[in-house]
Amino acid sequence: MAKYLMKGNEAIGKAAIEAGCKYFFGYPITPQSEVPEYLSSELPKVGGVFVQAESEVAAINMVYGAAAAGARVLTSSSSPGIALKQEGIGYLTNASLPAVIVNMMRGGPGLGTIQPGQADYNMTVKGGSNGDYRNIVMAPASVQEAVDMMMEAFDLADYYRIPVMVMSDGLIGQMMEPVSFDYKPCKELPPKDWALTGMGEGKKHMVENLVMDADECEAWNHDHFKVYNAIEAAEQDWEDFMMEDAEYAFTSYGTSARIAKTAIGILREKGYKVGMIRPKKLWPFPIKAFELHDAKIKKYLDVEMSMGQMVGDVALACGDASKIEFYGRVGGNIPTVDEFVAFGEKVMGGDK
Amino acid sequence: MSIIFKKTRALTDLKMHYCPGCAHGIVHRLVAEVLEEMDEDKNTIIAVPVGCAVFANKYFNFDSIQSAHGRAPATATGIKRVHPDKLVMTYQGDGDLASIGTAEIVHAAARGEKITTIFINNGIYGMTGGQMAPTTLPGMKATTAKAGRDPQINGNPIRMSEMLSTLDGPAYIERVSVSTPAQVTKAKMAIRKALEMQKAGLGFTMVEVVSSCPTNWGVTPVKAMEFIREKMIPYYPLGVYKDVTAEEGK
Amino acid sequence: MAKGRVIIDETICKGCELCVSVCPKHILKLSETKTNSAGYSPAEMISDDCIACTSCAKMCPDCAITVEKFD
Repeated sequence: MAKYLMKGNEAIGKAAIEAGCKYFFGYPITPQSEVPEYLSSELPKVGGVFVQAESEVAAINMVYGAAAAGARVLTSSSSPGIALKQEGIGYLTNASLPAVIVNMMRGGPGLGTIQPGQADYNMTVKGGSNGDYRNIVMAPASVQEAVDMMMEAFDLADYYRIPVMVMSDGLIGQMMEPVSFDYKPCKELPPKDWALTGMGEGKKHMVENLVMDADECEAWNHDHFKVYNAIEAAEQDWEDFMMEDAEYAFTSYGTSARIAKTAIGILREKGYKVGMIRPKKLWPFPIKAFELHDAKIKKYLDVEMSMGQMVGDVALACGDASKIEFYGRVGGNIPTVDEFVAFGEKVMGGDK
Repeated sequence: MSIIFKKTRALTDLKMHYCPGCAHGIVHRLVAEVLEEMDEDKNTIIAVPVGCAVFANKYFNFDSIQSAHGRAPATATGIKRVHPDKLVMTYQGDGDLASIGTAEIVHAAARGEKITTIFINNGIYGMTGGQMAPTTLPGMKATTAKAGRDPQINGNPIRMSEMLSTLDGPAYIERVSVSTPAQVTKAKMAIRKALEMQKAGLGFTMVEVVSSCPTNWGVTPVKAMEFIREKMIPYYPLGVYKDVTAEEGK
Repeated sequence: MAKGRVIIDETICKGCELCVSVCPKHILKLSETKTNSAGYSPAEMISDDCIACTSCAKMCPDCAITVEKFD
């Protein structure tokens, strides 16, 4: 298969096109601007449409319209821009509309910094819009994985009729790696008979968001949670890295997990029985991984580019918060391999 | 004997929830009648707003979507870009279009987005109970401007048709009213023209309707129509503000 | 001589009187005897001088009015 040396952000744009996405609505923000830049020239070549919106708010509402019209549609942004999109993400979710939203995270809060970060875990995984809801959240740790996840994201969005967030960071967005594009639908997808296409000779389509009756609104919530339960059962996804004989397990995702892999190699050379549970989807969280390994794990070493936003989910998954130690860097700082090795030795304290 | 006026097929049989004498019903009917007459109702998708008209989707007998507050022009943009062969409309009130959604309407108009916006200007927030709108007249009372709108304190009203007509994107902008049968007839012609121009792909089109809110104005429906003529129209003059076909004819 | 007549759906009419106010022949009035299920007094014809001008129907916000013209 053909390999291309591509920057993460551009590879994400190409992956979307390969997956049949012809519509992008977005707004420039560092460090994801190569996504709209790439798609502004590439989408017209495949008969698609690129619109640079007046704001993130407008962009996500254009996505809402295009998704309602039955199209595969993408928007991308970075942390403060994703914060702006939250209203629209809630509307998409309530109306059961499929869409893919890429977040190339940077340091926060507020305007924060333009360097890489992972501090949008709570906003994205726990839900930054109002109401009870979930979105599927995917967390690639390489450019190839970002490509593969983008393609899967469109299928999952259409299959479950839910927004899917692909949550990466500025580092993966900016790095160049060789990638290949091989899109095969991962699901048998139902027809979009609900989409706004003009009623023609059939029944009219309505995409609704307001439910005045409390019981009816409650029923909507329960209907959504039936879908969420199905997703939790079927879609947990993680990588076991050197977990066969591990007594200690790093927990990390995305860029920090990449760094942790190198650190684990060094710690293994020093004789530590250490591995990593790397969630590839942050929601649904891979609880099954912890059910599989927890009995032989003495401590979890959670490392993130946040102040520990994933620790709560690790605690829920393993059932014992006292087993978790945390090390993180924030504000756009990328932790080094040495820092993780030192953290590992401190936690494991010569227990080889 | 022949029936010369009956309800259009492009409206459902649902009883509208609007207050007695609310002009939303008149404008809904005009939109629906025009679409039926153009035989385009089955080919139309409308984005309805947040506000009293949030349930307009239940009354229009064609495809519809409930938008986020103020975002209907963005949502309609997404729809139109996917379905350039459909007629795509937004139906918005003054809080929706001229306050929280100002950016969306200005940029949809500036892009020349091939959609038709019906803008209901009644100078008040109806659904939330009579608060000051961006279009509330100076001196006009609202529950958040109890002594009447004081421009020194509350700022000035916005004339959206005039403002948007300065842009190059719009093909057609007209302000009409529905306070008399003659005005209703003219309003219908404006809606027809806007939709015809959308169909011809000429650009963004908008019909602003100076409308009423008897309940929150605190007057009878008949007095509300008088208020439109005596107070609203002098501030919001009726007329064509942009028409690229007329410009071509010059 | 009546040129037409208006048929008012009394179940839909909200008694707003917009039709009454615009009728050039003053043949419409809110009923003094009827109340519909929503509590409104619907409009009704009080004489048969209708000229089938449709002004009432044009102003009706509830599509409650059908107009017939006699040939």
